[in-house]
Amino acid sequence: MAHENELNLKATELRLGLPGTDESEDMVSTAKNNKRASPESLEDSGSEANSAAKSGDHETSSASKTQIVGWPPVRSYRKNNLQSKKAESETGMYVKVSMDGAPYLRKVDLKVYNGYPELLVALENMFKLSIGEYSEREGYEGSEYAPAYEDKDGDLMLVGDVPWDMFMSSCKRLRIMRGSEAKGLGCAV
Amino acid sequence: MSEDEELPDLGGGSTRSSNSTAVSGGGGDHNYVSPSPDQVLENVLENVLCFLTSRRDRNAASLVCKSWYRAEALTRSELFIGNCYSVSPRRVTNRFRLVKAIAIKGKPRFSDFSLLPPDWGAHFGPWLSAMSRSYRALEKLYLKRMSVTDDDLSFAAQSFPILKELVMVCCEGFGTGGLAIVASGCREIRVLELMDSDVGDDEADWISCFPDNVTCLESFVFDCVEAPINFEALERLVARSPSLKKLRLNCYISIGQLYRLMIRAPQLTHLGTGSFSPLEIVAQGEQELNYFSAFAACKSLICLSGFREIIPDYLSAIYPVCGNLTSLNLSYANINAEQLKPVICLCHKLQTFWVLDSVSDEGLQAVSAACKDLRELRVFPVQALEDAEGPVSEVGLLAISEGCRKLQSILYFCQRMTNAAVVAMSKNCLDLVVFRLCIMGRHRPDHITGEPMDEGFGAIVKNCKKLTRLAVSGLLTDRAFSYIGQYGKLLRTLSVAFAGNTDLGLKYLLEGCPKLQKLEIRDSPFGDSALFAGLHHYYNMRFLWMSSCKVTRQGCEEIARQLPGLVVEVITRDREENETSEYVDTLYMYRSLDGPRADAPRLMVRPSLMICGKHCTSTECRFSIARSLDFTLSVWVPCISR
Repeated sequence: MAHENELNLKATELRLGLPGTDESEDMVSTAKNNKRASPESLEDSGSEANSAAKSGDHETSSASKTQIVGWPPVRSYRKNNLQSKKAESETGMYVKVSMDGAPYLRKVDLKVYNGYPELLVALENMFKLSIGEYSEREGYEGSEYAPAYEDKDGDLMLVGDVPWDMFMSSCKRLRIMRGSEAKGLGCAV
Repeated sequence: MSEDEELPDLGGGSTRSSNSTAVSGGGGDHNYVSPSPDQVLENVLENVLCFLTSRRDRNAASLVCKSWYRAEALTRSELFIGNCYSVSPRRVTNRFRLVKAIAIKGKPRFSDFSLLPPDWGAHFGPWLSAMSRSYRALEKLYLKRMSVTDDDLSFAAQSFPILKELVMVCCEGFGTGGLAIVASGCREIRVLELMDSDVGDDEADWISCFPDNVTCLESFVFDCVEAPINFEALERLVARSPSLKKLRLNCYISIGQLYRLMIRAPQLTHLGTGSFSPLEIVAQGEQELNYFSAFAACKSLICLSGFREIIPDYLSAIYPVCGNLTSLNLSYANINAEQLKPVICLCHKLQTFWVLDSVSDEGLQAVSAACKDLRELRVFPVQALEDAEGPVSEVGLLAISEGCRKLQSILYFCQRMTNAAVVAMSKNCLDLVVFRLCIMGRHRPDHITGEPMDEGFGAIVKNCKKLTRLAVSGLLTDRAFSYIGQYGKLLRTLSVAFAGNTDLGLKYLLEGCPKLQKLEIRDSPFGDSALFAGLHHYYNMRFLWMSSCKVTRQGCEEIARQLPGLVVEVITRDREENETSEYVDTLYMYRSLDGPRADAPRLMVRPSLMICGKHCTSTECRFSIARSLDFTLSVWVPCISR
């Protein structure tokens, strides 16, 4: 509720912001297929089942909901297809993902993810590989693979340098490179 | 094939008198040696067995004696493998020699909801290797939740030259490149169906790979293929496929393109309409194609689906076929009650209806008023979230129960429900075989009385005497499970999530439901002692799945010790140093004739982790541990003395 009021104020606010940072009220965060189970979900199961009137308020009080993996049980195929259906003119933000050495490309809908961690987990799962920790200085130093993307200007950029919203609006295509080739893309000062 | 020559002629032999006259001594051939009684029995048996088609009947026949076992094995032509790890491909091909159709199921259903690590298994490859040697005359291949590669598809196309039907449901691992090979290599293909499968986009023009001549295609389903296709090639394909009856298009086909296809194939009985929206917004006043007449020309249409990106204004085009429809799938169409009503009120013959909850309770009331013959209803959520606004509720369920008395199967997602509505359904819809209710908020009680949902589900198992499949949700105590154990005597499949209080819950199930085959439980407080309560029954089950419950490693080991024929797979997620859990994350166990599988997940390796194999010091257990990025997979099976 407080969140909604905040949005209304922002709508009338004049500000300079990075491209792509306009919040959409319709942006719902769903139970993403690739999210790991939060520790809470494991403890939840036994503790409160005895109480009588439990009105689903146990975890929604905090603004950040703990999403449970695979719940509600709707197949990701179905979730993805509906998520990308928006009433406005823009369609889902599908970008191609290629991986060096892989025979075929995949597609991901960037709108389905809340931020870089989710996207990276999804890519790890999709291509069955591991992408290491991101650091501003070292990029993905030490990882077998590093994610890169092609932006609007056609340049190959390292994933993670810019704010998520800016990335979403500028990313045209993703490419998972071998770690050895990705050296030099990190912004080592 | 040399094996076939050993078999008596089953097909053409309508006169079986030759055998009987030989036995009774008739016939004038002096060199004739009368067959032994065993031989006669086998001949007679084989001729009789060909009339047995149900696999359960055949299983029973094969248990009578060795002779029947042999005869049955030689004559079974349709195979069903419910769990691809329950038996090795080699064992299957050794026993059954004349197989024309095979269905193989792989991953457990909860893998659909990302509860299994990627690359967990269910590879088609090993099956394909065995089948390519033994079943070259294979005609039908059905795969569900299997991992299939492009190479597999290529090898299959080569190995099975007369393959007529290929159906893949919830499969992954292949792409449009693989489909291209199937299209060009399987010359006899009549049925090619891809459903809910994850198909990679290799940018291959696979539609163009079908042979140029007239095809024998009868069913072509590719609505789940998320890649653009060559429309002109598709149009030509449809034009040269006079037998085509089922066509389900993907969302890259616009409504204009749909029109062109429909006028080429008015004989269609099943149609998936693709996006059902135009490529560009049609300008005001511009001539619109007469979609209405295209539908009117399809006089045989009984099943409609698709509507992937529907512009609701176009829905009126389907009016001409509504009166004949027995199946309508609007589960990708985000439409409201007002948009649904004019369509549904015409669908008086509808038996299967899938829809989104965007139509709200009001839409379901319209369904209830119009579709008196409804057998199956599925209501999916537009927003698959725990605490979203729920447009459907007990009101819709009650309306359906009152109007659709012949209902046999229901899947209903909602945010709120009452016991009263569920009880009403149990009394109104006595033919229910499948009842799956998903109250999306975990542990949510009856929203009017605040009570647990025990009584509602209890009434379902008590009153619906034909029930074989049940999925429960909402706030449930052990009492609900005592009802299920008491009344659910025909239950074969049960799904439980976030339910129950103590071990008693699971005990009630395992002790009370003798027909239970598939039990999947997540996030429920059932532990080792409940697990032990099922020892008498696990060999009769296809599988047991328990994730995020209170089962310990020791409990799993003990089960494996006591039941040597079970494979007990345990998956434990990696945890931080200070995070420990005495419970395993996932237990998946099933009976297997061939011990643990050799293809546990390929591991994702970070430099800091190692792959280690360990042998237990205990003489009773042999297990291997593999560590990966996220998961540790351990497989227990007692040492089988050889």
